[in-house]
Amino acid sequence: MADVFIDHKFIGTVAQPTEFVQNLIADRRAGKVQSSVNVQYDADTDNVYVEIAKGRSVRPLIVVKNGKPLLTPQHVDQLKSGETQWFELLKQGVIEFIDAAEEEMALVAIEEQDLTPEHTHLEISSIDILGIITALVPFGDYNQGARLLQGAKNQKQAMGFYAANYFVRMDMDTSILHYPQRPIVTTLLYDVLEYDKHPSGMNVTIAVMSYKGYNMEDAIVVNKGSIQRGFARSTYFRPTKAEELRYSGGLMDEISIPDKETRGYRSEEDYRFLEEDGIIGVESKVAEGDVVIGKTSPPRFLSGVDEYNLVTNYRRESSVSLKHGEKGTVDFIMLTENDEGNKLVQVRLRDDRTPEIGDKFISRHGQKGVIATIVPAADMPFSANGITPDILFSPHGIPSRMTVGHLIELVGGKVGALSARRIDGTMFNNENERDIREELATYGFQEDGTEVMYNGETGEELQVKIYLGNMYYLRLKHMVANKLQSRARGPIQLLTRQPTEGKAKEGGLRLGEMEKDTFVAHGASLLLKERFDSDKAIVPVCERSGLVGFYDGRKNNRAMSSIHGDESEMHNVEISYAFKLFLDELISLGIYPKIGVKRRF
Amino acid sequence: MLPPSIKKEVETYVKENKLTAAKAKKAQETVEREYTYGKVDAGEAVGTIAAESIGEPGTQMTLDTFHFAGVSEMNVTMGLPRLIEVLDARKTISTEMMEVYLHAPYKEGQDIKKIAEKIKETSFREYIKEVNIDVLEAVMTIALDSEKMALVDASPDKLVKILAKSAKGVSFKADGNTIIAKSTSKSDTLKEIYLLKEKIKSIYINGVKGISMVLPVKRDEEFLLVTAGTNYKSILKIDGVDTARTITNNLYEIEALLGIEAARQAIINEIEKVLDNQGIDIDVRHVLLVADTMTMTGKVLGISRYGIVKEKQSVLARASFETPLKHVFSAAMHGELDPLNSVIENVMMNQPVPLGTGIPKLVMKK
Repeated sequence: MADVFIDHKFIGTVAQPTEFVQNLIADRRAGKVQSSVNVQYDADTDNVYVEIAKGRSVRPLIVVKNGKPLLTPQHVDQLKSGETQWFELLKQGVIEFIDAAEEEMALVAIEEQDLTPEHTHLEISSIDILGIITALVPFGDYNQGARLLQGAKNQKQAMGFYAANYFVRMDMDTSILHYPQRPIVTTLLYDVLEYDKHPSGMNVTIAVMSYKGYNMEDAIVVNKGSIQRGFARSTYFRPTKAEELRYSGGLMDEISIPDKETRGYRSEEDYRFLEEDGIIGVESKVAEGDVVIGKTSPPRFLSGVDEYNLVTNYRRESSVSLKHGEKGTVDFIMLTENDEGNKLVQVRLRDDRTPEIGDKFISRHGQKGVIATIVPAADMPFSANGITPDILFSPHGIPSRMTVGHLIELVGGKVGALSARRIDGTMFNNENERDIREELATYGFQEDGTEVMYNGETGEELQVKIYLGNMYYLRLKHMVANKLQSRARGPIQLLTRQPTEGKAKEGGLRLGEMEKDTFVAHGASLLLKERFDSDKAIVPVCERSGLVGFYDGRKNNRAMSSIHGDESEMHNVEISYAFKLFLDELISLGIYPKIGVKRRF
Repeated sequence: MLPPSIKKEVETYVKENKLTAAKAKKAQETVEREYTYGKVDAGEAVGTIAAESIGEPGTQMTLDTFHFAGVSEMNVTMGLPRLIEVLDARKTISTEMMEVYLHAPYKEGQDIKKIAEKIKETSFREYIKEVNIDVLEAVMTIALDSEKMALVDASPDKLVKILAKSAKGVSFKADGNTIIAKSTSKSDTLKEIYLLKEKIKSIYINGVKGISMVLPVKRDEEFLLVTAGTNYKSILKIDGVDTARTITNNLYEIEALLGIEAARQAIINEIEKVLDNQGIDIDVRHVLLVADTMTMTGKVLGISRYGIVKEKQSVLARASFETPLKHVFSAAMHGELDPLNSVIENVMMNQPVPLGTGIPKLVMKK
């Protein structure tokens, strides 16, 4: 006697749970019960769970009876000719959707030849064991698992043609690749996903060789000629926005060119791009500090109407300007309302991004690297046919990572380019590597994909043959232009007087605890002091009370302590401002930190 | 200049080799020079260097627990968790174990099983073959495992004595190879017998308390016992145990029994064991410094806020490590004075730290 639950609500009992479940599944296959119903018999707890709720993830499988799949070649032919459809097969019970619970009772074969009478289901395709992105890796079944996942992870960060309406969108931090291409070496998923309509990489000629040590540690060497011909060029979009917020008392922000009486008025120069409506004109070329949207806000604290009934009517400047290191061209402006009905102005900036040293690229096998140098086309090595590669990839990246798929894609790409066809690299079901290589030989190339190459600078023949072919490379959204930053002096925080943090605020790079320890270990005591000088302060300390004093404006700015006043014996002491704050904090806790001062000499 | 022991060594060398006076002097000078050269310079940040030297390779250590070499079915905590345990000087460690060395004849493997069984803590559970409860009579009949009993020279009568001592309100009677238990109270006897069944299983019968497993191991032509659980004091009292070499991995037991110097050596050995196991090569002197610091107060202190950090003189140094408020408040209550003479306080105040280039000072001519 097993309890039956529908959506985890107790509904009744059945005498023969196994039979009950089998009947229910049979009814579902026969179309008497909806196809989205799933059922599970848990023998451990002796419960039957029937699931009808929405929100379960289900997946389709081919039903197997007596070791034979119900899906026959006739079905496939009919599907191809359009005689029958997917949902027709579902109705016939050839295919069924199974959820995680019902899967517990199923034995699923991945390949048809693995089927035994015990099997209940068959995967529709063996690549079903992979995710959508992972299945995009060609010849991925030749790769080490970890690399496959990395390749998939990084593909998500690739630039491409992410949306056809990108020019009216206000997405944050996006890029559009100028000349995206379809990959020569594809997988089944590229057709399913209609990848050709939104590709995200380019087919490049790649040579596996080192170049003066520039491509050590995963770096890549790029042909300058390729870049000049448009390789991996992209446009970067960054929207900024301003809202007219409403405040209490009927006051509100105003988007306009601030007038000169405004508090915090910058300079006329800074507002030069603004048009009459206070918004920048399209196609203006702006750089750091330029105002994009002019805005003023009402005063922060309303100081009431005073005696003489003169309303102190100053407004605060709160324009939106470009942050440190930003530049671009105004691309698109949108005027709308936000959820509360306030005026919302969005200005999108565009910036051309030519590949430069430090930009990140990746093949589909998790082989990522940054550009280390850009070499003039004339200095690149060339093959006997006069082919100069676009990218030089270091051979040291291969052995330890075991990305054999990377190497096979390279020959595959070469054959695909020569035969003007696309190579199928679908995992577990790809074109035979040997066949590909034999085909390569028919085009008059070395069967192993290598070629004789010549030094681009001297014209001498290279001592070894170079593995040369075509691959699909992706440009990732991590670009130095967005990250490069340095500082010698700059803004500090108000509270601690220490440098600000982060690129947008022109911040410093923190010398942390462990870095400090290295100075200590070297005994570089004075260097350490100098490094931590950023918030140094000279404060007057009273010898009698041991407290940090203050400068009394009424007494000619004399330093004195709060206890002894004019009788204080003040001495200037150099300490870090953070330590002064710490002492203040102790005082706030009711602790009296007494500093003992002593002459240094 | 030279410590007495080295001085003596030089002198005996001179005597043994009958060196001339000039040569003897030269030898003396050379040794002195090398000795001075080998000394750490004043102001060298030995502590920081030791910390970095152990800490950096420590990041590469795996968190795995390895199976102890040659011992089956025994997991020993090694690697980073064990290192942290030693350095923190934890009172309870995750795998306590001992290596019990033996004298002849056990050393050669003779009767090794017997002594192993003698050491292992056994409870009554292990001698039971079968338990039957007569519900009507409220009588429990326990069939004993004679093989097991023979190993430790136990007889049913002996067991009855032990049982009678620890279980009150029940009468036990030996009958051949079985023990019959009967409740002496009048009411609720059946329930009591049921409870008794579970209770008597955990009654201590034989062996050294705290030793839950004993495994005989052959190492370098010699048999020894590796135990799970430790009880250093009791083990050393057992006949046939080589007291000179038998060791536990519990620092506090060593400290209590053999003193602080032994505990220091034990810390060094335990750290080295972990480092060797991980294939990490660290100069011993770093480890020595750590062990010295942990034991310099005369008791084992861990590198934690309850251990050596608590012993620090400076309020600011203690406050900068962990739980700052606690230290600041207690300092305020006791009116502590911070002489500001170590590293961290001076970093906080942005003053030169008293190390390396921070040591030399300008002296004004009076």
